[in-house]
Amino acid sequence: MSQSSSIKSWFNTGKPWVWLNAGAVSISLVMVVGLVLLIAVRGLSHFWPADIMELTYQEPGQPAETLIGERIDHETVPAARLALSGVQLPEGQEFAQRTLLKVGNRDYFGLDFRWINDPWISDIRYPEGIMAIERREWGNFYGYLVNVKQEGEVVASGDGAYQEFMQRLERSNELMRQIKTLEKDDIGQINHGLEEIRLEKRRLQMDDVPEGTLPYQELEEQKQQLNDRYATLREELSDLYQAMNRDQIMVRMSDGREVEIPLAKIVHVYKPNGMGISEKFGQYFHHVWEFVSGEPREANTEGGIFPAIFGTVMMVIIMSILVTPFGVIAAVYLKEYAKQGPVVRLIRIAVNNLAGVPSIVYGVFGLGFFVYFIGGSIDEIFFQAKLPSPTFGSPGLLWASLTLAILTVPVVIVATEEGLSRIPRAIREGSLALGATKAETLWRTVLPMAAPAMMTGLILAVARAAGEVAPLMMVGVVKLAPALAVDNIAPYLHLDRQFMHLGFHIYDVGFQSPNVEAARPLVYATAFLLVLIIVVLNLAAIGIRNRLRETYKATES
Amino acid sequence: MQAVNEQKNVARGIDIESMSRGPRVNLADETVCLEVKDFNLFYGDKQALHGINMQIPKNRVTAFIGPSGCGKSTLLRCFNRMNDLIDTVKMDGHLLLDNMEINSPSVNVADLRRQVGMVFQKPNPFPKSIYENVAYGLRLQGVNDRATLDKVVEKSLKGAALWDEVKDRLHESAMGMSGGQQQRLVIARAIAIEPEVLLLDEPASALDPLSTLKIEELIYELKDKYTIVIVTHNMQQAARVSDYTAFMYMGELIEFGATDELFTNPAKKQTEDYITGRYG
Repeated sequence: MSQSSSIKSWFNTGKPWVWLNAGAVSISLVMVVGLVLLIAVRGLSHFWPADIMELTYQEPGQPAETLIGERIDHETVPAARLALSGVQLPEGQEFAQRTLLKVGNRDYFGLDFRWINDPWISDIRYPEGIMAIERREWGNFYGYLVNVKQEGEVVASGDGAYQEFMQRLERSNELMRQIKTLEKDDIGQINHGLEEIRLEKRRLQMDDVPEGTLPYQELEEQKQQLNDRYATLREELSDLYQAMNRDQIMVRMSDGREVEIPLAKIVHVYKPNGMGISEKFGQYFHHVWEFVSGEPREANTEGGIFPAIFGTVMMVIIMSILVTPFGVIAAVYLKEYAKQGPVVRLIRIAVNNLAGVPSIVYGVFGLGFFVYFIGGSIDEIFFQAKLPSPTFGSPGLLWASLTLAILTVPVVIVATEEGLSRIPRAIREGSLALGATKAETLWRTVLPMAAPAMMTGLILAVARAAGEVAPLMMVGVVKLAPALAVDNIAPYLHLDRQFMHLGFHIYDVGFQSPNVEAARPLVYATAFLLVLIIVVLNLAAIGIRNRLRETYKATES
Repeated sequence: MQAVNEQKNVARGIDIESMSRGPRVNLADETVCLEVKDFNLFYGDKQALHGINMQIPKNRVTAFIGPSGCGKSTLLRCFNRMNDLIDTVKMDGHLLLDNMEINSPSVNVADLRRQVGMVFQKPNPFPKSIYENVAYGLRLQGVNDRATLDKVVEKSLKGAALWDEVKDRLHESAMGMSGGQQQRLVIARAIAIEPEVLLLDEPASALDPLSTLKIEELIYELKDKYTIVIVTHNMQQAARVSDYTAFMYMGELIEFGATDELFTNPAKKQTEDYITGRYG
């Protein structure tokens, strides 16, 4: 009796509820922090230039072999699982340790990763001479430098070879940059010009201008000029290629074979075993920077993800530009002008429910309505000459942004309506009493005061849009976009282009990649970056909102 | 200097009876500014004003008194058609401003409200700077010339006895002012567009006694230029500031006359009961 009453009084103090709430908050915090930590640690550790080990490995009944590689993972596995992969443990041993080694050299070994069983390893060593070579194709290469060649002739070997190699690598990378600029900018411009001329011709044909007349001749002249320029550039380019292909290096792999690698195929080289901690950090940030600013290579499993970052941010910004005015105008009409009644109530319910429609449905709608119907119509009216190849009639940045704008417009409408209804009546009356019309009152006083609420809506919209992937796959996101949506060819912003997106990149690298082990850390790193970008976008919006709040404090009182 | 001023104000506030208000007023000698004729008002089916007849004189202060819900604020809000904002309101009868029908469809409501300014019970400055608050009405009329605005802002703030307090922080937010300052700012905002009539809906009921006195002193000064109609719950205030007083009860105008007369010698029993505090 007394015990039950003491429990009851303990309940009445309210303490259990405080504990319950504190518990709920702690669990949420732990989950969020845990999530971020997991992806941060897994993703960011990938860029660390780990030491490369050389070891002797002998499977029973096999000759000993030498392996070179990075230690990626270590695990304990049951004997039964090892038996499945053909490894027999001694009788009575139930578990065994094994190590995952990244041995690289995919073009020679077939696989970059190899599980090796700990008991058969002997003599682990870290020779300073081992190089990690990042190549444009076939992933990393691990081995020793033998000599440096110029057009087949050995120019350096022994101690000075590495120095020579580094200098020549710098030269070849510089040439590579020149080639890239030439191909992308100059030849890109020419191609664009030629395409314009072709379109102009089509237009002339469609206008029934007879062949061989003056406009045709002019176009032919322009075409000739462009072709001439192309020919000179072509020559320049082939010179550059020749220059770049001048040098090669000979390297020795773990199994003793010596192979030749042209410098043109090498992105970057380092010798992690000889590095001090500060050098390692330098190397680490070099890797991170390359990841953030570079373009993807080798089916997205190597290189950077800059196009995906750019695409994500672009899409969110365009979506914000579209959704804010649209949502605000709709909310102002619903709240201020529409006669409140069953119809408006119905609309409001419909708007609220729109937020609950699965996002893939919006993707289907976007594809059917925006891409095929609107985009197709735009093509027929404005880009007749280009048909049958579509301009706006195919998935692209604009349609993806519009689809996400529709997806998020309910949030903006609801938040803005909420904000409008919080503006004190006295403020509106004060403005009206000074001779302002309703529209003037709205424009000069009510809308600025409701701006923080609109920003809240936008923040929620951005948070949702940046994380959305499913609908984008239908309306514009691709695995590898050939060009960014912004470049130096008029009109500079190409809303019709397809783009890359971090969310889709995660899916693509994680599930569509043939090289699972190589892709896994990139999935974490990309996920971490996506979270980071969403946080940054949100912080920016929150910053703006707080400034607005400071300016229009009256709403809070 | 400030302290002396305040002392003077307090002294005046306490000593109502001896306050001199110049020559005695007489309704028959006045020019009519606002005229109410057989005016009825309904909120939906409920009648809120019953057959009101009244002539509000020009350049005088007229006070509406009466218990809560008697319709005095409703009547006040009819003069600048603030009741238009409420969908269910229906009216009949006549409301005339200088013999012009206020409720006529040909009247531009915004123009009317420019002529008949209004100050509300709770100070409602806009969340802008002090300067922009006062300039708001002018900007609405398309006046954006800096020099003109500067002049009007200074004049209006001086007119509302606020200039000395705020002249150094004109471009700071109005939300940082005290309640009494805000209410005077709202009055400055109203007189900046030089209305003919100023409607005050319990302008001092949310303020402390000192701010109240400042507002009352201001009303006293403003009546030279404007016709002022004030709704108040405070009978001392009505007695202090007004030339004429209307007592309303249950939507009807019970008595209307010179303030001295109404307070010292009410004609109706109901009025006497109210002002002596027997109900309300």
